[in-house]
Amino acid sequence: MEAVVKFLNPLLGLFMAPLLLGVISRTKAVFAGRNGQPILQPYHDLWKLLRKGVVYSRCTSWIFRAGPLVGLAAAVAALLLVPFGGQPAAISFEGDLLVFAYLLGLWRFFTVLMALDTASSFEGMGASREVIFSALAEPALLIGLATAAKFTGHVSLSQIFAGLNTDAWLTAGPALLLTGTAILIVFLAENSRIPIDDPNTHLELTMIHEVMILDHSGPDLGCILYAAALKLWLLGMLFIGIMVPCRSGNVLLDGAVTMLSMLGLAVLVGIIESSMARLRLLHVPVFLIGAIALSVLALMLVMR
Amino acid sequence: MSFFFWGLIIILGGGVLSLFSGHKPKWSSFWGSVGAIIGGSIALVPATKVFFSGQTLSWRSNWSVPFGSFFFQIDAISAFFLIPILVLFIIAAIYGREYLLAYRDRKNLGVPLFFYNLLLAGMMAVVVARNGMLFLVAWEVMSIASFFLVTFEYERPAVRQAGLIYLVAAHIGTAFLIVFFILLAGQGDSLDFDRITAVSPSLTGTLFLLAVVGFGVKAGFMPLHVWLPHAHPAAPSHVSAVMSGVMIKTGIYGLVRTLTLLGPPPAWWCWTLMIIGVTSGVLGVLFALAQHDLKRLLAYHSVENIGIITMGLGVGLLGVHIHSPMLTVLGFAGGLFHVMNHAVFKGLLFLGAGAVLHGCKTSHIDLLGGLSKRMPWTAITFLIGATAISGLPPLNGFASEFLIYLGVFRNDMGEGLNHAIIAIIIIGGLALIGGLALACFTKAFGVIFLGLPRSDHAEHAHETGPGMKASMLILAAGCILLGVFSPLVITSMRHVIAALAPMELSAIQANLATAASSLGYFVKMSLLFASVAAILALVRFLLLRGRSVRQSVTWDCGYARPTSRMQYTATSFAQPLVDLFRFLLRTRKPDSRPQELFPAATTFHTDTEDGSEKYLFKPAFMGIRWVLSRWQWLQHGRVQLYILYIALTLWILLIWKLM
Repeated sequence: MEAVVKFLNPLLGLFMAPLLLGVISRTKAVFAGRNGQPILQPYHDLWKLLRKGVVYSRCTSWIFRAGPLVGLAAAVAALLLVPFGGQPAAISFEGDLLVFAYLLGLWRFFTVLMALDTASSFEGMGASREVIFSALAEPALLIGLATAAKFTGHVSLSQIFAGLNTDAWLTAGPALLLTGTAILIVFLAENSRIPIDDPNTHLELTMIHEVMILDHSGPDLGCILYAAALKLWLLGMLFIGIMVPCRSGNVLLDGAVTMLSMLGLAVLVGIIESSMARLRLLHVPVFLIGAIALSVLALMLVMR
Repeated sequence: MSFFFWGLIIILGGGVLSLFSGHKPKWSSFWGSVGAIIGGSIALVPATKVFFSGQTLSWRSNWSVPFGSFFFQIDAISAFFLIPILVLFIIAAIYGREYLLAYRDRKNLGVPLFFYNLLLAGMMAVVVARNGMLFLVAWEVMSIASFFLVTFEYERPAVRQAGLIYLVAAHIGTAFLIVFFILLAGQGDSLDFDRITAVSPSLTGTLFLLAVVGFGVKAGFMPLHVWLPHAHPAAPSHVSAVMSGVMIKTGIYGLVRTLTLLGPPPAWWCWTLMIIGVTSGVLGVLFALAQHDLKRLLAYHSVENIGIITMGLGVGLLGVHIHSPMLTVLGFAGGLFHVMNHAVFKGLLFLGAGAVLHGCKTSHIDLLGGLSKRMPWTAITFLIGATAISGLPPLNGFASEFLIYLGVFRNDMGEGLNHAIIAIIIIGGLALIGGLALACFTKAFGVIFLGLPRSDHAEHAHETGPGMKASMLILAAGCILLGVFSPLVITSMRHVIAALAPMELSAIQANLATAASSLGYFVKMSLLFASVAAILALVRFLLLRGRSVRQSVTWDCGYARPTSRMQYTATSFAQPLVDLFRFLLRTRKPDSRPQELFPAATTFHTDTEDGSEKYLFKPAFMGIRWVLSRWQWLQHGRVQLYILYIALTLWILLIWKLM
């Protein structure tokens, strides 16, 4: 049974990740009183992009072509390390959470480079913002994961999440709540959602993630969008793994609860995006330093 | 041991020959580099043997100097430091031969080649000397030889200034080391390291602090790092590579050797090292972000990486203190493995910077751009080095940081608020350093090698010659191989850790095996990542076959005349981070905004002065100068009176002796 779970878990991510984007935009449409696009629209978009040709800028080099592939490969590799709720990941070992976090770093490294490769000042601007926000999100994420690791006594994501059951919430509820909040902020920042970045903005000057990929087209753009959907799934799974302590031992029940929680998270993101304005760029660092403070506090509570 | 001495003799002989054939650049550079390459390779034989087997080789002879003896020994720790020193010097010698030939019309090449080989010999002696006096002599040879290399282009005032700062800094460090050895000498009748056994516990704290300052100047701990950002840009690039890649590590070596002499560490030593580590790491990378010169940027990154190494040593020492074998092994293995890794990728990056300087005649980041099309080999090797130094998988930089992280993430440390604070500063520090290093190296690589050329310098860049290319490729391959074979490397580090930690070899092996199995999974993940990327590349190739693949302009919002000057510059790229940390960096931005209705041409520049230089060392040296100037009446230029001073001194000494 466990082998089947380990095999199915990444596949589920690969197939379901774009659905989250659909749910988010449908939620936003409902809040705005619109009908909104079909919930499966992201899949149609990806399919359409895969069938197109590409246009490359004359300024770019091979980095620009390699970037989307590196990003998607890093996302797929990271997908193998993330457990599905309490269910084990396909690959787990001591310290896999570090490999997970740094694979996302590798992806960011290449995203930023391919933005700089276009010689466009818009994309340089987005890249500059991306590196500052992720540099601040990194400590929040790792200290948050350290809290969970120290609490459960394990250093592998699968074992940590297996140990975060209802008992854990009864003994260390406040610390886990703080960690969860910090991870939520990291989730929003890394996925370029409101209040850090607005994926639907129309002005190049105010974008972060969207502006870095302005010059990509065709299958390359498809790779990037699909990888972004996977990132939503990956970091969302970290949040759900901590916040939803359903570890009954029944694979179907736990799996269903986790999947519903993921959809719930997508709805939550939709609600946040409908009810909040984006922060001013200058205020985003303060928001992220707040996340660091939360996870530091959580770690102190757990280790004291 | 005879292999080692033969290597030393050949290296020095090559240096002397090149000094005497200085008027024939071809021969001079041939003798110098061949001496370094052959001698280095011969000395590599005993070093690798000791590293893998753990046996020690010694050679001892009397020396008439008080407390001195010619006592050389290669043990696991020496061998571990010798290997990167020799390998990097050999590779940089291949590079340096071509690099220096560009100066053949203006300079006597015999001098830098001689001092290069002398520097290598001095560093080899530093890590095998086992007597206090001998160590100090070797240490001075190393410092002086590198001083002459730094001042190679002495006709430039900035270089002379850098040389002076380096010379003063090096000797401040040596002064602390002399006090250190005097105190040690007071403990027994010999300064041979194997006879220093019982250091009185009241003295160990003082000795530790003296060693931290004395060796810290060489290693470049914040705030003692002031010489690095001056000396590295001034020196020829292959010299910067070996100075930053391995010479500053002799400071780490000295600290490690001191720890083996001083006995069980109290808690505050661990705290000291960790706090120094985090401070150097975070401030190093922040100052690097604010730099405009590529070599200066890399110099600050050396401070950052020394910080990471020191954090690892601090974690290992904490493991010794609380008797946790796993923490000890992970901390020491992580810190020391980072010594090796940093030697490879920082060497590579400095050689890359040299290639840029060679090809474009400038290393000012904002004047470059688009070099990946003009210098493809330099670009790809620099990219590998940049990925490795940012600590990203699948390369070697990640492997060593992974071990330090793992030590702190595991529960070996125990509970308690103290340990919570340690976990926060190490994990938070490493994460922040990682994020900022990513920012800094995307800036460096992205602005220099990608986009469009920002000036004529970059427009007319040319790729380097075969020797320089080859040495960069070897080091780039080293970054990949040290990552892929990281489990093997750390298991063979067992003898080094056994020499450093008071543990049984079998216990070390068992703990290293656990760490190596985690690293093994990391390697598997890297291979998996690489194969997924390869499959994706194939899929895209198949998808795009027969479809339209067009070239066009970058999206410019419909602007009609885009120029390369509209690109984002490195300064603008780093500006949000520099502004966020302005309370630490204190970057100056003279306000020169256009004022009138019809604004005239205007310029903008930012300037980040080194805080510790400006607020710590400048005032201190001004104070010293003030005090000394009160005594200037003693210095009047009359030789007769000077002779009187000497006579008076001798007279006083004589009376003192008779009493």
